[in-house]
Amino acid sequence: MPEQFLWAMEVMLNGLMAGVLYALVALGFVLIFKASGVFNYAQGVMALFAAMTLVGLQKGQVPFAHLINTIFGTDVHKFGWELAPWLAILLTAGVMVLFAWLVQRFILQHLVNQPDIILFMATIGLAYFMEGFADLMWGADIKTLDIGLPQGVNAWIDETTFNLFGYGFFIDNLDIAATIVAALLVVALVLFSQYTKQGRAMRAVADDHQAALSVGISLRFIWVMVWSVAGFVALVAGIMWGAKSGVQFSLSLIALKALPVLMLGGFTSIPGAIVGGLIIGVGEKLFEFLVGPHIGGATENWFAYVLALIFLVFRPQGLFGEKIIERV
Amino acid sequence: MKLKKLAVAAAAMVALGAPAMAEIVFPSLSYRTGPYAANGTPFADGYADYFTLINERDGGIGGEKIRLLECETGYNTEKGVECYESTKGEGAVLYEPLSTGITYQLIPKASADGIPVHSGGYGRTSAANGAVFKWIFNYPTNYWYGASVAIKHILDQEGGDISGKTIALLYHNSAYGKEPIRTLEELAKKHGFNLTLLPVDHPGQEQKSQWLQIRREKPDYVLMWGWGVMNQVAIQEAANIRYPMDHFIGIWWSGSENDVKAAGAKGDGYKALSFHMPGSDFPVFDDIQKYVVDAGKAAGAGDQIGTVLYNRGLYAAMLAVEAARTAQELSGNTRITPAEMRDGMENLDMSEEKMAALGLPGFGPAFKVTCANHGGNGLALVQQWDATAQKWNVITDYIEPDLEVIQPLIEEDSAAFAAENNITPRDCN
Repeated sequence: MPEQFLWAMEVMLNGLMAGVLYALVALGFVLIFKASGVFNYAQGVMALFAAMTLVGLQKGQVPFAHLINTIFGTDVHKFGWELAPWLAILLTAGVMVLFAWLVQRFILQHLVNQPDIILFMATIGLAYFMEGFADLMWGADIKTLDIGLPQGVNAWIDETTFNLFGYGFFIDNLDIAATIVAALLVVALVLFSQYTKQGRAMRAVADDHQAALSVGISLRFIWVMVWSVAGFVALVAGIMWGAKSGVQFSLSLIALKALPVLMLGGFTSIPGAIVGGLIIGVGEKLFEFLVGPHIGGATENWFAYVLALIFLVFRPQGLFGEKIIERV
Repeated sequence: MKLKKLAVAAAAMVALGAPAMAEIVFPSLSYRTGPYAANGTPFADGYADYFTLINERDGGIGGEKIRLLECETGYNTEKGVECYESTKGEGAVLYEPLSTGITYQLIPKASADGIPVHSGGYGRTSAANGAVFKWIFNYPTNYWYGASVAIKHILDQEGGDISGKTIALLYHNSAYGKEPIRTLEELAKKHGFNLTLLPVDHPGQEQKSQWLQIRREKPDYVLMWGWGVMNQVAIQEAANIRYPMDHFIGIWWSGSENDVKAAGAKGDGYKALSFHMPGSDFPVFDDIQKYVVDAGKAAGAGDQIGTVLYNRGLYAAMLAVEAARTAQELSGNTRITPAEMRDGMENLDMSEEKMAALGLPGFGPAFKVTCANHGGNGLALVQQWDATAQKWNVITDYIEPDLEVIQPLIEEDSAAFAAENNITPRDCN
């Protein structure tokens, strides 16, 4: 097989894997938008906050240590424990539930019936507050995330493709793990929303707030639940991205990678987020591979948006989004 | 009556203002928040702690206390310019922007305002030509010198011949990252190596395409001009594709503990340039501990001392203090003005003896600033990461850059700047 074709195949497979990572971030946006019509600007910071909390809890870091030491003249930094990864993940999920409750209690509850733009602006404020709060709580240093995720080239794929084609494909074990986790997450979310009472209530709220309220569904409970689920999705995204680069403040910028995915897949569709992520991932990687070298490279950031715009022109609601029909 | 009140108020303001005038004001355009906070914080801590040491141990510079004005830029150029505008009226004698983008914006402003700017190891490379850039200093080294030192190190590794070899430059797709390209192109012509350019978009969290290309094309060496998360991801990806770490060399902004720790054991052997020593094995750190940390006056938690970026901030502060001292000697005033500070910088002589006397023997290269040369001698060393010991080991002496190639480039670029901005170069003879 021609070398160029094999390389393109490798690039495409890696694009699919990258797309899964983008989709993980986009999922959090979709969940909240679907249930409450809020475009959650803070989703990227939630991923950062969740990942920082996970590492902090796992490594036994004292939260607000710098503040405590400054006020009380102490010198405390560590509790002296190291938690098992599963326990740290569980505790972090608990923190994200508490966070969801606080958001509902102190922000959303006061903004019921406000225009969408007000809710959007509230999430901008929330994002910047959380960034500062995370800094105060866990510090700005780069934290190593070690929960036993595999990393590096997958030897089996490398060897098998080498034996078949004479060229070993590079697929990162971390990307494979992310794909499996994302698949499990999507299945769990679909099962939850289709087959549980709370899931059905969530869908009812997404369809029509007023109708849902009239049949006794608690809007507050649903919002806490949705933000909790989005918080958990943010934790998963934070783990996967944090494992690549260490947990640091630039993690909040992964939200930028989700925007074209949302434009393409639609803001209201979980399958849309996945398919959108895959199309963006493959599209940007193949474009960089085929066209990038001829035009100076670094095309991925902007080409993802070009791709999304092309889809938008033909399907403004996104690939899987719901067409909005407003009756006068 | 009104006039009398005004006169009293004016007199009171002058009286109150007098102590402030007695201070030497150094603004610190820092970034402790945002995506680059992990790098900005240790530098800002080192910069602040050295000034605190001078105040606490020596009572200031020549009896004048230092007042540090820290302003948060978030590594954002617009905010950096706002910081400059909001602090210059406080009597600032020197700006340390800690960002190439901010430096570029401050070059015309600070030159017009008559306040010197120091961008050591970053900023506009051709500012090394003091005849054109009267107010801008980038000693002890700059990006073009850095590129040349990296190639010289590779020449050493390859027995002096790199013709036919391929060297890839993985760079932050910004003004900073593009700085070494011209130099490397010239060096490629001179030494006969092939140069492959691999830009990475901000912030650099996703680099799969670039590393797949490196895996396919197998360049003999990879140079990196990265910053922030780009560095950590690059080192991780290099480890993933099993690229030999000792053939992967970063510029000094890609060579801190932050950059390698996330990769764990796989970052072992990675190399980076530096223009000062890592670690805290210097007498000055005992004083930092005694007068700053133990006294509860450290800028941070005290846990960054001896790290590469803390040391760089400390080094920048030390150079600022020594320039201010020189300015005091030249002018005969202890309360120096920005213009006198500039004169001090232009006459700075960082000898081995002076650094030893400061408790920093061999910490940085010895160099002398002149009217024509604001860039120092460009010496840099190579350090290598030891993942087991979790420390950088210095593996070369200070290496001289290839001035035969670099100097004409500096002349050419600064002449173009002078022509664009109607600047008549000073006569430095």
